Formats: sequence, structure tokens, C-alpha cells
Amino acid sequence: MRAGDRIFQNLTTGAGIFIVALIGLIGIFLIIQAIPALRVDKVNFLFNHGWSTNDPENMAFGIADLFEVTVATSVVALIIAMPVSLGIALFLTQYAPKRLARGFAYVIDLLAAVPSIIFGLWGILVFAPAIEPFSLWVNSTFSWFPLFAPGNVQPNVRGTIFTAGIVLAVMILPIITSLSREVFERTPTPHIEGALALGATRWEVIRTTVLPFGKAGYIGASMLGLGRALGETIALAVILLIPQGRNFDWSLFDGGATFASKIAANYSEFNNATSAGAYIAAGLVLFVLTFLVNFAARSIISKKGD
Amino acid sequence: MSTTLERPATTPAFQQVSLTRKAKNGVATVLVWLAFLIAVVPLVWVLYTVIVNGIKRIPFSNWWTEDFGSVLSDEVGGGVLHAIVGTLEQGLICAIIAVPIGLLVSIYLVEYGRGKLAKATTFMVDILSGVPSIVAALFIYALWITTLGLPRSGFAVSLALVLLMIPVVVRSSEEMLRIVPDDLREASYALGVPKWKTIMKIVLPTAMSGIIGGIMMALARVMGETAPLLVLVGYSAYVNWNPFDGEQAALPLVMNNERVTNSLDPGSVGFDRIWGAALTLVIIIAILNLLATLLSRLLAPKKK
Repeated sequence: MRAGDRIFQNLTTGAGIFIVALIGLIGIFLIIQAIPALRVDKVNFLFNHGWSTNDPENMAFGIADLFEVTVATSVVALIIAMPVSLGIALFLTQYAPKRLARGFAYVIDLLAAVPSIIFGLWGILVFAPAIEPFSLWVNSTFSWFPLFAPGNVQPNVRGTIFTAGIVLAVMILPIITSLSREVFERTPTPHIEGALALGATRWEVIRTTVLPFGKAGYIGASMLGLGRALGETIALAVILLIPQGRNFDWSLFDGGATFASKIAANYSEFNNATSAGAYIAAGLVLFVLTFLVNFAARSIISKKGD
Repeated sequence: MSTTLERPATTPAFQQVSLTRKAKNGVATVLVWLAFLIAVVPLVWVLYTVIVNGIKRIPFSNWWTEDFGSVLSDEVGGGVLHAIVGTLEQGLICAIIAVPIGLLVSIYLVEYGRGKLAKATTFMVDILSGVPSIVAALFIYALWITTLGLPRSGFAVSLALVLLMIPVVVRSSEEMLRIVPDDLREASYALGVPKWKTIMKIVLPTAMSGIIGGIMMALARVMGETAPLLVLVGYSAYVNWNPFDGEQAALPLVMNNERVTNSLDPGSVGFDRIWGAALTLVIIIAILNLLATLLSRLLAPKKK
């Protein structure tokens, strides 16, 4: 092999190795920084609900509340985004005229190009006031149901998990939609033609060929959306109100903080190595969480194979 | 899907479709259209909000030529030059680092990658694209600030953005390199051109228009990130040209800073500044996208 070839191949292979090593490095550096803080943590890191890092001599922080709020907002977002994305993906592949479909797909992708801080500010300044009557109605009508009980940030019902979940749903729509669309597009034509030849209506074609074929891909895409939702930072830091006193209580009208929004909102505490370590420990948990979700999602998608 | 499917058959084989089947089909059609409309509403609403509220300040020339350093936080006036400088500098430095790495990785995956390492690389690029921006910021904090003891700066932000930009560049470049026809490579090999020269002189230029488009989109995406800015650099209301030292603003940081320090009633100074900065950011992103389209058209391989 010529020298130029060898150098070039090594260079590109090195870049590949660098990427593989990078994920490991992220984990290692976060662990190293988190350990000193975890050592001086006075409470159980995984199961305690409190978070107090103001006094480096007396650290007591647990991630239970962060974990619950992170999961709650993401699940609300997913429950809203999944059916809508499915509808859009079906619309783009099965209903919209070919020529329009491309333009429409571009419009949906534009949603992904909007910076998340803009979504956050729109969510709290414009969207939340607009749906306040609806939030109040849900809150008062269904308050017997724990999920809709009065939360810990009463009474204005704005910076709640309810609001945050809806905005988050909008933010993860494009990723679920674009991946599902790709999968649905690959439905074998003979299957569709066969169903049509049997006299199936358009909905029956979708139910009998497109959905069974694309199911795994759609689930994988939704999990990627979940991964995105778990890690969303600034939009949630802007929207979610931090409650005074009471912890998260599994009501959608609670406020709170997710892993990401907690870290982003408290950047000023990074001046101290020990309290910074506490936030890095929380970040490490978020990293592991998103890693597992993305790992599962990619496995599902690649198992289907192309 | 072939065109024959758009309109199945002019005379269906089954004339009688039962009422329930018809109804189900109708309901599904309505729901699917509804889903699409539901997704368009927030997009239009967000853009409307940004444009209508942002337009109040940005037509004034001082919005583009001054910073907020000389005006009080609740005083009308000043501009976001400091943030535009920061956003562009941090984005540019990020691109200078991320583009070569991303390109090399995509070349590896398309031209050399076989076996386990290639599989692992593809997988890790996917995982990297799912790493939350705040985790990327914490990693750079742990590496750059705690371990190496270097100061918080615009450059540290660029480093975090690199992590977020690489997977996007790799994905789009890989796609572009894969559609370069193998005939071109083989023709080049047949003439005795070494592989690396074939890649540099034949494969890359052929795919260049698409690659540049992908890079611009990736750059636009990372310029809107806020989380790394919070952790890795302080806000300054003054123009700071030096990305390696001192506090430096960026457009998302202006929005966040106004949110924290100002009243946000509609029509107040803070409200106008937030949406002015948002519109400025959207304009920069739009210009980058436009440039991407223009450049890819200019660089596209000539067809005869």
C-alpha cells in the first residue's frame, strides 16, 4: 500500500475510534467528577427527594424528585406526540398527494429547526396563558382523579407539567414523524396492491399492510423521541415552575424540575467543586438514562433492518 | 409506491363497501388530516409570535450596531451586536473543529469501514446524536474547566457544540458519500489513481454540494443551543471579541438573561428584547439555510 493511502486510512479510522472513545470519555469524566460529591452526600442519592447543595459542608441531595418529574413530563409528551406523529406520517405517506407530501414534510422538519429556548419562551409567555382556561377547567372538573388534582404550584396553572408536556410533545413530533415516515414509505408495494385488489378501503390497506410492516420502526422512532424528551433542557427550565416546599406528587398540575432543567437553572452553583459535582452526578444519571433509551431504540430500528 | 396506487381503480371490483367499513375509512381520513393540522398550528403560532413581537426593535440600526452595555436593563435602546458576535464566533470555531472530524468519520464509514469497528462507530454516532446538550456541556465542564483548569469562555462553549454537531455532520455526509456512484471510483482506480486521491479529488467534490448543505443545517442547529452557554460561559452585555477569555454573550443567552432579570409583561423592555433576540436568531438560521441551498446549487456537479 502506498504511504499516502496508509496515512489517509489511519486518519479516517482514527476518527472512527475517536467517536467510539468519546462516549466512553463522557461517562468516565462525569463519573470522576461525581464521586467526590457523592461521597459527602448525607442522604441516599437515588431515593431521597430533597436537593440541597447550598452548604458544601453539609450536602444532602437525592434525585428521586428529578427522576419522577423527568419521567412524568416525557411520558405526557410521548402520549400526546405518538398518535399525532403516527397520523402525520400516515398522512404524508398514504394520503397527501406526492408533490405536496414533500413540502409538508419540510414544514414538519422546520419544527425541529426552531431553537428550544424559543419554544420555552413561547410556551410560558404565549401558549400557557392561552390554554389557561382549559387547564383550569380540567383541573377543577377532574380534580377527583389524582393526575389532575391541584398541584404544588397553584393557583395560576401555568408553569406545570401539563403545559411543559404539551410543549415538549410539539418539540419531539418531528423526530418521531420523520423516522416513522421513512419506515412506512418502505412498505412493499405488492402488499398494498394485494390489499387494494381485494377491495380494501384506504384505511384497511393501512391497517393490514402499512401498520404491521412499520410497527417496529414506529416504536423505535417513538423511543428516540422519548430520549429527546428526557434530555430537553432549556425549554423545561423556562416553563416549569419550582414549587415551594411540597415535592412532586404525580399531579399534572405540579411544578418541579427535570434532571436537565435543574442543572441548567442552577449553573450559578458551579463555582464550588463539591456542589458542581452534585449536578454532574445528576447529569451522569441523565446520560445513562438517555443512553439506555437510545440504545434500545436503535436496536429495535436496526433489527428491522434495511 | 407506484403512481397506479394514487387512484386504485376507476371501477372497483367490489361495488358494495359496507357502511361500517366506509365509516371507519372516513373517520381514519379525518383523523389523519387532523393530526397534520395539529402539528402545523404550533409551528405557525411560534413563528407568528417571534415575528410580530420581534419586529418592534430590529428595524432600528442600533439593534445591529450596539450592545446592551450602555443602556439600563429596563431602558429602551441598545442592540444585540455583542450576542451576534458571540453566536457567530462560537458557531464558527465549532464548525472548524467539528467539520473535519465529522467528514473523516463519514469517509471512514463509507470508504474503509468494515467489521466491528465500523458497526461500533455507526452505533456511537447514533448514541452521540441522542446525548442531551446539558450532558455535553457537563462533560466539557468536567474536562476543560475542572480537569484542565481553564476558564469559562466562548471557546469552551464551542467545544460542547462540537459534540452536538459531529453526529449531524457525519449522518448527512455519509448519506451524500454513499450516493456517489461506484463507477466513478472504479474508473479512477482503473487509471491507477491511489484510493486516497480518488476520495479527495473525485468522491468528495462530487458529494460536496450535499455535504455543505448538511454542514450549514447542523451549524444552524447548534447556534440555537442554550444549555452549554449557561454552564460554560458567563453573560456579558458588552461586545467581547475574544472567545478564549472572559464572558461572552450569544443570542440564546440574551433571551435567557432578559427572562431572568426583566419583567416579561407584553410590551415591556424585557419582552421586546427577548423576541427581538429570538427573531435575530431565526433570521441568522434562515440565512444559513439559504446559503446552504445557494452553495449546493453552485457546487453541484455539472451535468451535461
